[in-house]
Amino acid sequence: MVGMILATAVIWISFNLLSDGDFLTARNLWNLSVQSTSIAIMATGMVLIIVSRNIDLSVGSLLGFLGYVMAMVQTRWIPNTFDLGLERWYTWIVALVVGLALGALVGAFQGFLVGYIKIPAFIVTLGGLLIWRGLIFRFEQGQTLSPLDSTFGRLGGGGADGSLGDWKSWLVGGIACALIITSVVLSRRRRQRYELPLRPMWLDVGIGALGCFVVVAAIGLVANRYISPITGNPTGIAYPVVILIMVTILMTFLARRRQFGRYVYAYGGNPEAAELGGINTRKVIMMTFVLMGVLCAVSAAVQTARLDAAVTNLGVTNELDVISAAVIGGTSFAGGIGTIPGAVLGAVIMQSLRSGMVLLKVDSPTQDVVVGLVLIVAVGLDSTLRKGAK
Amino acid sequence: MTDLATPETPSAAGDGSRTPLVELRDIRVSFGGVHAVDGVTIDLYPGEVVALVGGNGAGKSTLIHTLAGAHPADGGQILINGEPVTINNPRDARTYGVETIYQKLALADNIDAAGNIFLGRELKTRFGSLDDSAMSSATQKLMKRLNPRFKNLRTPVKSLSGGQRQSVAIARAVHFNAKILIMDEPTAALGPAETAEVRELIMQLKSEGIGIFLISHDIHDVFDLADRISVMLQGKLVGTVNKREVTKDEVLAMIIIGKMPGEVSTEEIEEITH
Repeated sequence: MVGMILATAVIWISFNLLSDGDFLTARNLWNLSVQSTSIAIMATGMVLIIVSRNIDLSVGSLLGFLGYVMAMVQTRWIPNTFDLGLERWYTWIVALVVGLALGALVGAFQGFLVGYIKIPAFIVTLGGLLIWRGLIFRFEQGQTLSPLDSTFGRLGGGGADGSLGDWKSWLVGGIACALIITSVVLSRRRRQRYELPLRPMWLDVGIGALGCFVVVAAIGLVANRYISPITGNPTGIAYPVVILIMVTILMTFLARRRQFGRYVYAYGGNPEAAELGGINTRKVIMMTFVLMGVLCAVSAAVQTARLDAAVTNLGVTNELDVISAAVIGGTSFAGGIGTIPGAVLGAVIMQSLRSGMVLLKVDSPTQDVVVGLVLIVAVGLDSTLRKGAK
Repeated sequence: MTDLATPETPSAAGDGSRTPLVELRDIRVSFGGVHAVDGVTIDLYPGEVVALVGGNGAGKSTLIHTLAGAHPADGGQILINGEPVTINNPRDARTYGVETIYQKLALADNIDAAGNIFLGRELKTRFGSLDDSAMSSATQKLMKRLNPRFKNLRTPVKSLSGGQRQSVAIARAVHFNAKILIMDEPTAALGPAETAEVRELIMQLKSEGIGIFLISHDIHDVFDLADRISVMLQGKLVGTVNKREVTKDEVLAMIIIGKMPGEVSTEEIEEITH
């Protein structure tokens, strides 16, 4: 994790030098934060899938499908089929609930095939990649659906009201700092109570201070420093970033503090041991896919909202970005290893490379070459270091 | 092929009418026409170690899997404390206090000792979250009793030595009040110091009144730890003998040519030991 943070810092500083200070600007970093969210949200789910020795190739297509269905709810079904009109107060809620439920259902279907019927995940989700993309064209012959509900559009972070604004951002920052300090104190107390070796006091204080410093810097120097070109006021944290932060906290909690997460990691570490331990491994596997489906729906909402439209090629090749983010973030295909925050950072690193290269006017095919190389080098370094550590 | 020896164990001594903890009666298991276990009857008393020995493919693991719930028996009867029971899976076995330590340590390498000990039976807080503190604390107490040198409570078990990993596997069985412990080659993967550690542990558990089935191919282990020795050959029981009444060579003769101590000639024993 420390290595990855350092890598991010190196990438950021290098791009800043190469672009004569254009990279580390409030505007660029704010955009970077918004652009990373969609992949990062899905990567948190992909970690659990890969940790439990599976893969999900369908996430890009599923995102496109769910985004399209949510757009159908807003632009066709509520206003036309049910004749309730546009821009109702409930439009965005209904669209989101339908998307999340459908995502869970599709995930349950794929997860059932993998967990219970034991069809390899690669095959099931490769099928899913074709199926969900193909089904988009069943609606309205795949024409672009636009514009979307304006409240729904805020989920994308664009426009005048897609962010928290000045004081609400500081409020979120205050809560974040309080949480960081509480967790450091609680973890220290727990270790004291059970007479486990303690980190030196200065290190704990340092970790807490650094965490709070990062939060304050992110808000003060980026989110609130970026003046919205539309309103002329400080923009604040974008809603999709708020969603990403909540997803990250929730998924980390699920992975580390809940029985489900423990089982996912145990299965990844040793499937036989999990089975002999009396764990219902089939259900655990299915649930990882259900979660993945729900997260696809969240990302689909963010992406369609950001575009203010649903298009048929939404999320194409996203599965590769999501898997790359998880893997760059330290998730191992051997199973049992990987962290949620690591995957989020992996997504940020990938997006940093892309937007840095855009600033340097590197063309898109060359960007792909670089990102591909980075992926291989990152995993290569990681496995070499792991071997060295043994 | 009858049971020659009378059980003479600390708890069973002088009380021949006592009910055994476990009786496996006339157990049969076949795999596609091959009789892996063919009508085997063995028993186990509290505080006793019964070693189950035999060459590769003799059927000892298959036999014991019927008790562990890893593979159901095709025929025969399992009695626990004199009551007939049905064991179809590891969960069933656990409800009767049967815990198994498998040859390939069934541990999740990426998870710490407490996580492994409580795997599948986690302690939870009021809110349904994992109570890692309670599990660590219980592990600490458990380890104090089983293996006082054990300190690495919070590191993934991957980084532990073989003996420590075995302690974790055993602790898992013991914590949930195992009355019957099945150990499948518990020292096979261990160095000498670690083997000694595990042996100490077995004696400790035995003194607590737990009955142990020990599957082993190490004749020294068997003679040091077991009270009685049941020998299998080609899916059948050669016989069960009292350790104090036989020599290692006689047990070897049972394993290799399937003859009981009284039946075997001096020449045959010499041939085996050469």
